[in-house]
Amino acid sequence: MSEIVKAEGLTKVFNKHLTAVDHVNFSVSQGEIFGFLGPNGAGKTTTINMLITILKPTEGKATVLGFDIAKQDAAVRNVIGVVPQEYTADEDLTGLENILLCSDMYGIPRRIAKERAEDLLKLVELTEFKHKKVQTFSGGMRRRLELACGLINRPKILFLDEPTLGLDVQTRTATWNYIRKLKQEYGMTLFMTTHYLEEADSLCDRVAIIDHGKIVVVGPPEELKHSLGGDIITIGIKEDADVSELIGKVENVKEVKKENGSYRIKAENGEVTAPSIIETLRKNGYNVAKLSLTEPTLNEVYLEYTGKSMRDAEESREAFAAQRMMMRRARQ
Amino acid sequence: MTETNGNSSNRLHGLWALTNRELKKWYKAPVIFILSIIQPILWMGLLGKALNIGALFDPASSSFPPLKLVPPLTTGPTGQEAQLLQYFGGFTKYVFGSADYFSFMAVGIVAFSALFTTMFSGMSIVWDRRLGFLNKVLSTPVSRGVIIFSKVLSATLRSMFQAGLIIVIALAFGLQFGQGFNPLYILGVFAVMFLLCVGLSSLFIAITIRSTRMETPMAVMNLITLPMMFASNAFFPTKFMPDWLQTVAKFNPMTYTTDAVRQLLIFATDWGQVGTDFLYVGIFAVIVATIGIVLSWRFLSK
Repeated sequence: MSEIVKAEGLTKVFNKHLTAVDHVNFSVSQGEIFGFLGPNGAGKTTTINMLITILKPTEGKATVLGFDIAKQDAAVRNVIGVVPQEYTADEDLTGLENILLCSDMYGIPRRIAKERAEDLLKLVELTEFKHKKVQTFSGGMRRRLELACGLINRPKILFLDEPTLGLDVQTRTATWNYIRKLKQEYGMTLFMTTHYLEEADSLCDRVAIIDHGKIVVVGPPEELKHSLGGDIITIGIKEDADVSELIGKVENVKEVKKENGSYRIKAENGEVTAPSIIETLRKNGYNVAKLSLTEPTLNEVYLEYTGKSMRDAEESREAFAAQRMMMRRARQ
Repeated sequence: MTETNGNSSNRLHGLWALTNRELKKWYKAPVIFILSIIQPILWMGLLGKALNIGALFDPASSSFPPLKLVPPLTTGPTGQEAQLLQYFGGFTKYVFGSADYFSFMAVGIVAFSALFTTMFSGMSIVWDRRLGFLNKVLSTPVSRGVIIFSKVLSATLRSMFQAGLIIVIALAFGLQFGQGFNPLYILGVFAVMFLLCVGLSSLFIAITIRSTRMETPMAVMNLITLPMMFASNAFFPTKFMPDWLQTVAKFNPMTYTTDAVRQLLIFATDWGQVGTDFLYVGIFAVIVATIGIVLSWRFLSK
């Protein structure tokens, strides 16, 4: 079975008019890290919730390890592992107790569960904290504990919903390493959602960019970036004139777009092309006010396919995560 | 599959784990545990002792004017005095069916405390939803029914433990068992409490499970609990209430539970009445639990 997940026309409509996921098609192959990238509200979590059988699809179908998510939901739950967006570990219990609680959800006999729990604690490097209450854990430790809980039933595929949401950069990088380890050492298949561009870029073998419930493009990050046709040069001139045509004639320039008074230029070999653009403009009597050169990132890919930047959505998301943290603290 | 990941095929797996998770929050947190015990004690102490209705009619301490007329007894009651004493002494017996109001009231607290325990346990599902724990459990092979049952079961076990504790504490405060009381009757108390709690907690879970906020179910529950408390015989016999209130009380499962507990503990047990009480509470439990569990089940598998 090389296709672990297969979705065909998968759709979720809430309250009969709010389409959260709109006829998406994708498949996840054995042993790959497949990422859903998109801003808040794009339908990532709804998709993952359908795949892990928490939500029933309104239309379309999907299979996980060959089991139909709507008709064989119980079978699906047995073979998947889930690491939710929230910290779901019980604060009043210790790390080990939490893992054993998860094992009880799968009906794993205590003797086997204890062996696995020790292995998993070692894997996520929490062995020395296993008898400490989760209350005392840091964000990164909680994340790792969630990871361990999601692996207790030896799943064939692990679903991660925003695995590094609300973590600082260092902890995030550390978490990525644990996720990579799962793939490399255990050959596990991973399905993850994220709104962090760097995360999708560095972790995922293939990325599906999702916007307003629709998949706009799927492919390996490198390929997606390459498909943009080179580097992005942004240039602004002092004069109030349209120089698009002029720039377009420069060698290696593939496309020129005027946006908010500056020019967004797609070009191969940006380091060489940028100076020739400046020279051409100067020869024609224009003065360059500003210039920037970027190698394409997934943000450029996102911009290319959706016509807007992901950054704004990201900011509101950070605020959302902070609010969630506050709620969790308020509970105590 | 079974040998590779060791999963059990038992449909009830996870029930005890989830129930115990709830219970641990209670017995492993000494502050919460003690507070949950103090509350019924306070009610008992404040209502049961402050509303010392028996003392009103006690010639020795009452300031009730007609009783003032009775001179302090020095030589033992004369014929007329003895009659008065008997009359007023029988008063509490006539109104409450027990020799003293405290016994009446303390036993009323038993069912009353279950109301609060099951209510708060219902609220815990809101937290489980908000914190994502519910979704996490929903993505595991635990059956939807087990998730709901674990809530009901934990609330019921807590309430029954509290009921036992309240009876012990009330005994220390001066609860008087009825004539012909048999320690085995306590089992009957637990049985009727079990029925009440299963009904109540299913009801509260059905109310809370759809909510991601505390405020709405809190308001709804307050609306329900107040009449359930006072439009019942928990604190005062229904036969002295206005007719309309008596009608309300007649449909209130609290009335039947409290009556069953009183019949078993402090009254001269009328088994016919106990049977009726059990029947009513049983019907309540079955109907409400069915509705509650079906509604919750539907919600969880939408």
